[in-house]
Amino acid sequence: MDLTTAAGLWLAVIVSGLYHGLNPGMGWPLAVSSALFERRRSALWPALGALSVGHFVAMLGILLPFSMMTLLIDNQREIRIGAGLVVIAMGLYLAITRRHPRFLARIPPHKLGLWSFLVALAHGAALMLVPIYLGLCALEELDTGHRAASALMTTTALALAVAILHTVAMMGSGGAMAYAVHRWLGLQFLSKGWFDLELLWAVSLIAVGGIGLWTAI
Amino acid sequence: MNLRPDPTFHATPKLAMEAPVEKLAFTLMLSPDGTKPDGLAVVDVDPTSKTYSQIVHSLFVPNLGDEFHHFGWNACSSALSPLTGHAFLERRYLIIPGIRSSRIYIIDVKEPLKAKIHKIIEPEELFAKTGYSRPHTIHCGPEGIYVSTLGGGGEDGTDGPPGIFIMDCETFDILGRYEMDRGIQDKHYDFWWNLPRDYMVSSEWGLPPQFENGVVAEDLLSNKYGHTIHFWDLRARKVVKSLDLGENHQMALEIRPAHDPVKEYGFCGVVVDTTNLQGAIFTWWKDENGEWQAKKTITIDPVPADADDLPDLLKGFGAVPPLVTDIDLSMDDKYLYVACWGLGEMHQYDVSDPMNPVLAGKVEIGGIVNKTKHPNGKAFGYGPQMVEISRDGKRVYWTNSLYSTWDDQFYPGERGAAMVMANVGENGGITLDENFWTEFPEGYRSHQIRLEGGDCSTDSFCYPSV
Repeated sequence: MDLTTAAGLWLAVIVSGLYHGLNPGMGWPLAVSSALFERRRSALWPALGALSVGHFVAMLGILLPFSMMTLLIDNQREIRIGAGLVVIAMGLYLAITRRHPRFLARIPPHKLGLWSFLVALAHGAALMLVPIYLGLCALEELDTGHRAASALMTTTALALAVAILHTVAMMGSGGAMAYAVHRWLGLQFLSKGWFDLELLWAVSLIAVGGIGLWTAI
Repeated sequence: MNLRPDPTFHATPKLAMEAPVEKLAFTLMLSPDGTKPDGLAVVDVDPTSKTYSQIVHSLFVPNLGDEFHHFGWNACSSALSPLTGHAFLERRYLIIPGIRSSRIYIIDVKEPLKAKIHKIIEPEELFAKTGYSRPHTIHCGPEGIYVSTLGGGGEDGTDGPPGIFIMDCETFDILGRYEMDRGIQDKHYDFWWNLPRDYMVSSEWGLPPQFENGVVAEDLLSNKYGHTIHFWDLRARKVVKSLDLGENHQMALEIRPAHDPVKEYGFCGVVVDTTNLQGAIFTWWKDENGEWQAKKTITIDPVPADADDLPDLLKGFGAVPPLVTDIDLSMDDKYLYVACWGLGEMHQYDVSDPMNPVLAGKVEIGGIVNKTKHPNGKAFGYGPQMVEISRDGKRVYWTNSLYSTWDDQFYPGERGAAMVMANVGENGGITLDENFWTEFPEGYRSHQIRLEGGDCSTDSFCYPSV
């Protein structure tokens, strides 16, 4: 196994988690809101917990089908190329339309977990991890000879590990942000420190998809 | 689109109060007989300016007979809600519906002194896409811009109930009706909400035949105008409770929820109680069991008058009813302003305890019988009507026209447009500013006022003021 590549990919899992967590669009302001409504700082944590669960389930929902696919289909390379293209397409779609899915606005504000799950799907947050995950799978060198129960265990465990690590990193950065705003920065930060990440987000998707494509070819 | 949130968006009402004060106001001008095009006046409200209190720019639309009434912004502080992801909209366009024509104008006021028409939505499009007519109140909500209407389909607007429709907040395309389950709601007027608490409250005036050609006295005396307020599950789009204020409480109009979303109460103004001609304010709230309640917390008595001093409509009653036609709540939820259009009075109530309002200040100006003059000596036609409060709560602006045909019934003869301002005392109390007097073009009347950067009846907040 190429250790440098593996380390790089795991780092990418963590960095993408930190990045998702810092993006207000992934929900940390909702945790601040929750703590303000309940008038106690400790209310930050259940809200962040609900957001994390939603994000985590979205990750698994996208990663697990790919994990099955890597086992059932011979053409590893084609899967990675396909996944790279899907991620690039999502990035391009977000970059060009710059529209917000209206159905997200229909979710009742107290259903944080559901909101987080759908946001992660709608904005391609979960998709962003697929090329990274497939890169890790490729390092496991799952050739046809290894297609056995043990291989299934390996890829599933890998998907779980990626989702857990990513979500923990996301909760860490989003939680730190929420705590800092609630404790020190105040809500002025929301209007002064919120940048339009949409284009950057779309570009991130395109970049991750591009790298996935590059390494597959 | 901006890369940062618009500086006029505020997370909490408290932050909105601390923001820079308004230097411009936007006031609607209507031609009562439809012989001239309606317009938007940009008024200088910067006391250090040479043109203070005067119109510095006017925009007139290319149609006749729209009858401008209420209007609102394309985006407000609600854009900071993380749930909707619209933080990078600009507060740039005014949405101005013609209440009589059902035509909607989108006016670009990025450069207020060069305000221009950005888009016109013709009535046919509104009818075809929603089945509603006579658009009225504008608020920026979860899925775009919400617009209430006073009429249903058909020539006289009685084919089906009126309701709310949603417009895209970027393209201004009409997306369709809001309601999924309206319950017994069959009339409409105002609406507002508490976004994080996920509820909306709506009110009722009357159907178009009951107001377009003037107030219908028989309908009023037989209590056929609206007297019910409706509580909605905002995102599920259904009525959860319709609360009848009592059929004698005719015309439940403005809905003013507390600005701080942690508070689950608000107010509703009732024009007239047909049993005693009183004006009234109801406080509505969610009780400890989660049930919606409402209670009359302010009454304003009619004043006896000689029949000779009264218009035909009121001669038989021998009294002037207060006619509570507009109310507005200050950003800190402390003072409720109540326009008594018939009496010619603006009241200020301390509503720190929303169940026990206390009269804190009063200004007399205009009025059916009193016709009180402005301190500058000029006659103020009609009575105090559409009222708007500065974000910091220190200045209160108002105009004098109610609705073209109703003006003519209660105040026969042309009495001219007016816009005045009162200063609010440190501990309450209001005094008219002698130097604030806006001259309007001949033949126009004035209606709603909007303040640059948002005001106390436009912005909805998603975070509590702590």
